[in-house]
Amino acid sequence: MDVRVDRDRCLGAGMCALTAPRVFDQDEEEGLVVLLDARPPEERRAAVRVAAGVCPASVITLTEHGSSPAA
Amino acid sequence: MQNVPSTRPENAETVKTGETTEPGAPVTLPTQRAAGCPFDPPAGLAELREERPLARMTYPDGHVGWLATGHSTVRAIMGDSRFSSRYELLHYPFPGGPEGPLPSAPVGDMTGMDAPEHTRFRRILTGKFTVRRMRQLSDRVAEITEERLDAMERGGPGVDLVEAFARPLPALMICELLGVPYADRERFQGHAHTIMSMDVTPEDRYAAFVGLQEYMAELVAAKRAAPSDDLLGDLARDSDLTDEELVGIGGFLLAAGLDTTANMIAHGTFALLTEPAQADALRADPDLAPQAVEELMRYLTIAHTSVKSALVDVELDGLLVRAGESVTLSLEAANRDPERFPDPDVLDLHRKATGHLGFGHGIHQCLGQQLARVELTVALPALLRRFPTLRLDVPAEEVPLRTDMSIYGVHRLPVTWDEA
Repeated sequence: MDVRVDRDRCLGAGMCALTAPRVFDQDEEEGLVVLLDARPPEERRAAVRVAAGVCPASVITLTEHGSSPAA
Repeated sequence: MQNVPSTRPENAETVKTGETTEPGAPVTLPTQRAAGCPFDPPAGLAELREERPLARMTYPDGHVGWLATGHSTVRAIMGDSRFSSRYELLHYPFPGGPEGPLPSAPVGDMTGMDAPEHTRFRRILTGKFTVRRMRQLSDRVAEITEERLDAMERGGPGVDLVEAFARPLPALMICELLGVPYADRERFQGHAHTIMSMDVTPEDRYAAFVGLQEYMAELVAAKRAAPSDDLLGDLARDSDLTDEELVGIGGFLLAAGLDTTANMIAHGTFALLTEPAQADALRADPDLAPQAVEELMRYLTIAHTSVKSALVDVELDGLLVRAGESVTLSLEAANRDPERFPDPDVLDLHRKATGHLGFGHGIHQCLGQQLARVELTVALPALLRRFPTLRLDVPAEEVPLRTDMSIYGVHRLPVTWDEA
């Protein structure tokens, strides 16, 4: 899984940092999303999918690689 | 006025007419809650959601727009920039509003703005309300909570929980955060209450708004002269906001902080006291609190209704919403959508309520939601644990409901307990 975020459209609600705190954070100054781990391990992916789903500005994009060895 | 054939019977089946379907006859917004169901959305919303999650709606001023009740429809509209939140484009869905569109938003009222104006304000504020910053306030929230609970215990059984606990805790927190003296509350609480009332005259609402502005203007002048170490002080020192904008934002944040979490604490307690097994579950396991709070936000949806206006023609759910038409969003109906939440009318603190619309969705999603989460997560279990025998002091049907307010809940919650 590859994770991308669009900070330009982020509005800092904090849903991602609340839902998947090992993968997303908010920066101290602006409160906008900070991506901590663009290729999260298997055990965190479910939370990342939830975070992408609840993001109020839909700025989290996931690319799933299925079972390919590159994933 | 709109393209709804006058011969169409009520609840007509939708009819395919090429790319989009013809909506059924317009409905009016259901606002009456069934007797004995203080936690359920107004009667009729569930049937509408099942039959027509996006329905034609006649507004009290005669406008024919829409009513959205399905979770996916409401969520989609809230996240769609083709729908505006500017008040001057909106028709008021409740009786007693102005004829025609609303007046435009006062300076600093972020709820009534679109991007890019909204973006500028939101960007200035988001950094002040992050998950981390709000969690840093946990200890202070716990301290205030314990102080209020001590005072309740000292006073003995029999209090109005709204006055004794639910209202002071968020008020003290928002005052500390903003740098507003809590001792001044006589000067702003009444005004904030009037602004949030749905059944006041436009004149009274305006007078309350002016009153709040006058108070804030004095405060902002003081912050400009000597910036204090708090949110308004920071904004006075660091931001590019004009005095007028700072006054507007200050009043907006203060009003938003006073009348929201307070109602979740009181109404949430009311709900838990009528479902003792749920209250016991939270009492026994404080770790349940974060997800219990989400479920209470879903189940109660005290910010029950929102309105948007289409800026362009938008096709949605196979229907055509035309530019200029208002769409009323029933967040409370959406949060009871069985397609999103199984057994939606059951309060189940063990459920995963993630994805609820209790804080809204899209660019206007609640700025203070992380503060609200911290307050509720601390306050509700602490209250239940301090008073294991807490119970209503009047029959449930005598608890006065805030059916007249844009934020639902209870006006008073008489409770009592056995002295230890």
